[in-house]
Amino acid sequence: MPEIIDQIFVLLKHWLMGYVPSLLKPVVSAILSVVPVLLAFPLLFAITTVLERKGLGRMQNRYGPNRVGPFGFLQPMADGIKSLTKEDIIPRTADHLVHLLAPVVIVIASFLVYAVLPIGRNMVIANLNAGVLFFFAVGSMVELSVFMAGWSSRSKYSLLGAMRAIAQMISYEIPLVLASIVVIMAAGSLSTVTIVNLQATYTGIFPHWYVFTPWGLTGFIIFMIAATAESNRCPFDLPEGESEIIAGYYIEYSGFKFALFFLGEYLGMFATSAMAITLFLGGWAAPFSFLTWIPSYVWFFAKLLALICAFIWIRGTLPRLRMDQLMNFAWKFMLPLSLINIFAAGVWHYMPAGASRWLVVTLVIAVACVLLSRGLRRNQWFHVRTYRFAS
Amino acid sequence: MLGQGILKGLAETARNFFGSYINKDRLTTVQFPEERLPQIEATRDFPFLVYDGTDWDQGMRCVSCQICEKECPPKCIYIVKSADKKPDATGKPQFYPARFDIDISVCMSCQICVEVCPFDAIKMDVDFELSTTDRFGGLLLNKQQLAKSNEYYNKIHPTEAAAVDAALADERAKADAKLRQAAEAKAAAAAAPPTPPAEKTVVQ
Repeated sequence: MPEIIDQIFVLLKHWLMGYVPSLLKPVVSAILSVVPVLLAFPLLFAITTVLERKGLGRMQNRYGPNRVGPFGFLQPMADGIKSLTKEDIIPRTADHLVHLLAPVVIVIASFLVYAVLPIGRNMVIANLNAGVLFFFAVGSMVELSVFMAGWSSRSKYSLLGAMRAIAQMISYEIPLVLASIVVIMAAGSLSTVTIVNLQATYTGIFPHWYVFTPWGLTGFIIFMIAATAESNRCPFDLPEGESEIIAGYYIEYSGFKFALFFLGEYLGMFATSAMAITLFLGGWAAPFSFLTWIPSYVWFFAKLLALICAFIWIRGTLPRLRMDQLMNFAWKFMLPLSLINIFAAGVWHYMPAGASRWLVVTLVIAVACVLLSRGLRRNQWFHVRTYRFAS
Repeated sequence: MLGQGILKGLAETARNFFGSYINKDRLTTVQFPEERLPQIEATRDFPFLVYDGTDWDQGMRCVSCQICEKECPPKCIYIVKSADKKPDATGKPQFYPARFDIDISVCMSCQICVEVCPFDAIKMDVDFELSTTDRFGGLLLNKQQLAKSNEYYNKIHPTEAAAVDAALADERAKADAKLRQAAEAKAAAAAAPPTPPAEKTVVQ
């Protein structure tokens, strides 16, 4: 019985496909796979916005939205209606076509990456044998859309925001990819389905998630920090810093195009979180072998919600970084640490299993972490600023 | 250790998050339409016209001197002076406003009209829930909408209204005394010289 509940969506699709003429099978199969994803993740976006607003409110000792519907949970509907009824203003000197395309591109790019994410056992739209590569290749389309938005708006704020966003996204994409390389090394495959299947085995009651190894934990932390920067979230929200450049690259957008940007950004955040789950947290696999009776997709969404809550928690805690701190952190700490992490993963692979490799690899990473953090701190010297020409 | 401060901050926000569910005193928000904070006495938004007694039209203190209309910086007051006179609170015949309009969409709540009014006829209101569906007509208040009783004024600004009432009572007493004096003088004059006219008649 648990197997049937676990596979219910797969079986449902097969049953429906039985009634489809063979000529239409590829098209209908694609539609049946894609439409649930197109429905589930925007719904998750709606839930996340209200959860985020309520959670942030509580962290600041406020109520958060509590007027629309029970406990304010219909707030996203009100927001959606509001953004649909708002006037769509395009600046007179803007590049109209690019201005229109930018929000479309960000949403398409964010949706495309869901093709390779295994949501449950046997539940993936396309099992590409280079799935991880596809994910990062399509994910970098977001940068294109951000720059399209910033450039076409013809506003200095949006251009500044776009330039910041590009600098930040490109800087953090390197540690993002390098952090995921350790998993590819360990799994020996670029296919997301294979990576999850390898993690869905158990020793006793404990699973073989990559996060339970020293290099996996380091990789996961680096991946999550880079993912935060990649999705322009606090504390890396310089591209849209409200107090500095108002809304950054989408300042000139209003109405539903603004909502599309918002949607694209959150979908990107879910996608990178889902990728972190796939690579490090065992995808749809249960955390203990005696919990495998709970359907795989439930585990996937539970992990996703947990990571989203972590994102919200971080957002409620940390202030925004400065541009030089952001860049120093990316290039002087994250990049060397992720390179050393790859080395550590190699050491792990070639050492015999046992306590010795745990010790050696942990030591390598810990020493690197301490030295690199000391290097980061060395440049933090404070002095009274003197103004040569003013005084 | 790198990240120590971040962990400390995360603990703090977590404490706030869970604390706000356990301890209601942490939540400082006032759930506005249901709960309201008491207004401070100096609250003000738009002017209104004070009337004494029960009849808003008869008891209106305004004598249509039009000083407020002239002083109003955004020119939101419009007054039409009456042709006839009627007795005011002290019984003196005065002009009264045939029309008194304030456009509260223009009013900037500066209180200058209140400062310049020599008759304490215009005062600041505290009613702020004035939204209407008609942004032109709905926000142009006429004489009847502006008229509010002295009791209402006493309720919203007790200290200020008490001072005004005392001053007015003082003035009224003075006026009464004057009137009485005049009446007495008249009476004395009427009582004392019944003879001169007689003399006059005699002379004639």
